[in-house]
Amino acid sequence: MTAAALTRRPGLKHIRTRRNGLYLTCLAFVGLVVVVALIAPWLAPADPNATDLGAALTDPSPGHPLGADIAGRDTLSRLLLGSRTSLLGPLGIVAFSTVLGVVVGVTAGWRGGWIDTALSRSSELLLAFPGLLLAILFVALYGEGLLAPVVALSLAYLPFVSRLARSLTLSERQRPYLAAYRVQGFSGLSICVRHLIPNIAPVVLAQSTVNFGYALLDMAALSFLGLGVPPLTPDWGSMINAGQTALLQGKPLSAVLPCVLIVVTVVAFNVVGEHWADRVARRER
Amino acid sequence: MIAGFLTRRLAGLAATLVAASFLVFGALYLAPGSPETFLLAGRAANPEALAAIRAQYHLDDPFLIQYVKWLGQMVTGDLGQSVQYRSPVLGLIEARLPGTLLLIAMSALLVVLFGVGLGWISAVRGGATDSAVLVGTTVALGTPSFVAAIVLLWLFSVKLGWFPTIGGGQGLADMIYHLTLPSVALSLYWIGVLTRVTRTSMLDELGREHVEVARSRGIPERTVIRRHVLRNALGPISTMSGLTISGLVISTVLVESAFGLGGLGEFLARSVSVKDFPVVQAISLLIVALFVVVNLVVDLLYPLIDPRVGYGARGAR
Repeated sequence: MTAAALTRRPGLKHIRTRRNGLYLTCLAFVGLVVVVALIAPWLAPADPNATDLGAALTDPSPGHPLGADIAGRDTLSRLLLGSRTSLLGPLGIVAFSTVLGVVVGVTAGWRGGWIDTALSRSSELLLAFPGLLLAILFVALYGEGLLAPVVALSLAYLPFVSRLARSLTLSERQRPYLAAYRVQGFSGLSICVRHLIPNIAPVVLAQSTVNFGYALLDMAALSFLGLGVPPLTPDWGSMINAGQTALLQGKPLSAVLPCVLIVVTVVAFNVVGEHWADRVARRER
Repeated sequence: MIAGFLTRRLAGLAATLVAASFLVFGALYLAPGSPETFLLAGRAANPEALAAIRAQYHLDDPFLIQYVKWLGQMVTGDLGQSVQYRSPVLGLIEARLPGTLLLIAMSALLVVLFGVGLGWISAVRGGATDSAVLVGTTVALGTPSFVAAIVLLWLFSVKLGWFPTIGGGQGLADMIYHLTLPSVALSLYWIGVLTRVTRTSMLDELGREHVEVARSRGIPERTVIRRHVLRNALGPISTMSGLTISGLVISTVLVESAFGLGGLGEFLARSVSVKDFPVVQAISLLIVALFVVVNLVVDLLYPLIDPRVGYGARGAR
């Protein structure tokens, strides 16, 4: 089987390495972020929405180890709790786009013919819509909140998964073991669900891990525009938005720290996904 | 052959645009509530306003007729009426377009200049220069535009005070001054991308036999690099440059909002927050159209740059 290449946006694919050190560091960081997101309410020293106006625009102090934003909300607590929304959005996007993308891609690849043409053309059309624009359009229709951008970005990420799943299906169906099942009279559906999909799953999941990083970036961008999460929810993207005023007045921490976290998390997810893809590709060879 | 290719591509372009516009128009019916109350977004829901909206969007006609009429208006420049400003969308867009176009042009210039330049130096020099460029581009690639905007604002506007923190400026010189930091923020990521692409494709060409032959014939190294290496490497570089421009267009939304430039991108984000849907529709259509046209231009330019590739056989090399 020719190893189908993952679809990456130009750019981040260059940050890849076969060295294990970086991979393990990134894996550890991803694990850390996930654990922190899970237990954030018990870690946070203060209520993320409690306003302590006396602490607004002051330097870090024992009460607020990373300072407070313009409204006097504790930056550390908001960073910790913000990891929840910042990961939940991309998780929804990746789950949606993976499930739907596999269904579409496998159907197109397995059935071929006009179904394939129709599905492939529609995903090309989706590619003509920049993901961020689609998300903005959906927010304009359904208002702020997590659901509208998650659905929009799932649609935007769907072609990346479906094209991969389609090409994997095309090369996989040539293989003798699938022909053997067909000769034995198994239905197409049962062959696909029980044999084909489990076999292409590793590559698809690697692609989804890479997508997770991009989805996090897009969600953060939307929240930065004030179009993502609802106003009071702590989130890294909206923290940057809110922190900008403090930054302009010489207190950069509440804006710069979420920036750093976003960048490091995205790079970490990317490295982990690429490493998995490389490993799968090597095994196939 | 070229005529056939052109017709096919133009048909594809038209199909994409029609489908995209259908989506943008049909979105009105996906919104919760009836179209006219959604368009008014709770503002001035008196019978006259409702009737005006119904007339403007032809809401009493069957759906497909509505769409065709709406599309006809869009194409002829009647982009509708802004709900927030109560004035034609076309005028509002025209007022904001120059700043955004200048920003995109400046960023594109930076991307091509530094992207190709750094990639060239990195491929030709190698060694420590190459490593430095690789580290630099890695940082650039990991930095999304809004993060770059925040960091640049902090460093150059707040700390050093070299550049203004907000606003788009008046007059060309002042505008360029105001747009310097934004264009750097916008282009940083794409400079990284283009540098890597240039470097890779030039290194690829450098290792080929025809370059060895040219050198052995005593052609000066500079000429070899320019006429034999760069010329052949231009294919991937131009493809990536096309992608760059589409990428720059959508990212203006973020950078303009960060720097408060009052351009088209910021207008789009603002209009979404205040639920000014006609404006959102018009700007979305504009962006998709630009996206598709840029892709077509790149496709058309490709065979000019690399004559080995015929029309319609892109990537078959």
